[in-house]
Amino acid sequence: MNIHPHVLYIIIGGMIVTAIPRIIPFVVLQKLALPKTVLQWLSYIPICIFTALVMENLLVRTETSVTLNGQVLIAVLPTLVTALWSKNLLATVVVGIVSMAIVRLLWLG
Amino acid sequence: MSIATELSGTEPDSLSFLQGVKDCIPTLLGYVCIGFAAGIVGASSGVSTIEIALMSALVYAGASQFIMCSMLATASPPSVIILTTFIVNARHLLLSASLAPYFTKYSLWKNIGIGVLLTDESFGVASDKLAKGGQVSDRWMNGLNITAYLVWIASCVAGGILGNWISRPEALGLDFALPAMFLALLISQLQSIQASKLKHRLLLVLCMAVLMYLLSWWVPSHIAVIAATMITATIGVLTDK
Repeated sequence: MNIHPHVLYIIIGGMIVTAIPRIIPFVVLQKLALPKTVLQWLSYIPICIFTALVMENLLVRTETSVTLNGQVLIAVLPTLVTALWSKNLLATVVVGIVSMAIVRLLWLG
Repeated sequence: MSIATELSGTEPDSLSFLQGVKDCIPTLLGYVCIGFAAGIVGASSGVSTIEIALMSALVYAGASQFIMCSMLATASPPSVIILTTFIVNARHLLLSASLAPYFTKYSLWKNIGIGVLLTDESFGVASDKLAKGGQVSDRWMNGLNITAYLVWIASCVAGGILGNWISRPEALGLDFALPAMFLALLISQLQSIQASKLKHRLLLVLCMAVLMYLLSWWVPSHIAVIAATMITATIGVLTDK
């Protein structure tokens, strides 16, 4: 139970590089009034980023191709239905986890 | 500062710190599952519990922590680990930029405090509230962020301690908590859009999906996330009437 200097160095470096992109827009944009077009551009970010993060989990990169992850694809379906129907974040996460556990339990090969 | 102080007296409940804590609750299972998994992965990569605690408190970024642990296990050079951590987390530049215009009336230090604890999920909850016509405040955002932060650290540490007993966390489906949450946040965003604009937004979602697929042939997925988002947001502006 100790801290290696090497790991500490990496953690502090990691802290700096994760804090910078989070803080800079809050500091810069506090004083700067953005043009309407830029604000409109920024308003598309939530939809874009969440699609991207879902897709990131669906895609599998191999040496020669990009394919869909079959397990994730199956588990996404009940999760999507729950999100649409329940409109409840917690319910969606629970159904997602259970679906994935079942898919992995039954997955052959 | 003066505006914030004036508001605090008559602030509606929906903007209070406590309401921020309450609005964080639906996302907590996601933090617990992923934090738990991150702790287990850390322990199995030879990272000590105290190092896991320090990492979750200082770095505070799920995907980055997974990658840091796995790169530590393979003895990658520190410079490469730190650079990779930056690339994985660089999308927060977009998240912060999207949210920052709503907090301009608060002081510099309040803005820094809000920005430094911003996560995909707290961004999701805040942008969801805004998309549904609600308002955000510094107190509410802090309630949301600080609750998530404390639960994340506790979950990572619990995972690190229990990591010695659970060898395959993926069998429990815990890693799917994160994509499930992102899917729920995406659907929620789409459900709060006016009917007349829904088709446009759905086409943007389709555009994102195709771009993510195509870009993934050429660049690492974290770069694809940023590039596809910037391209699609630009297409969104150009095609919106």
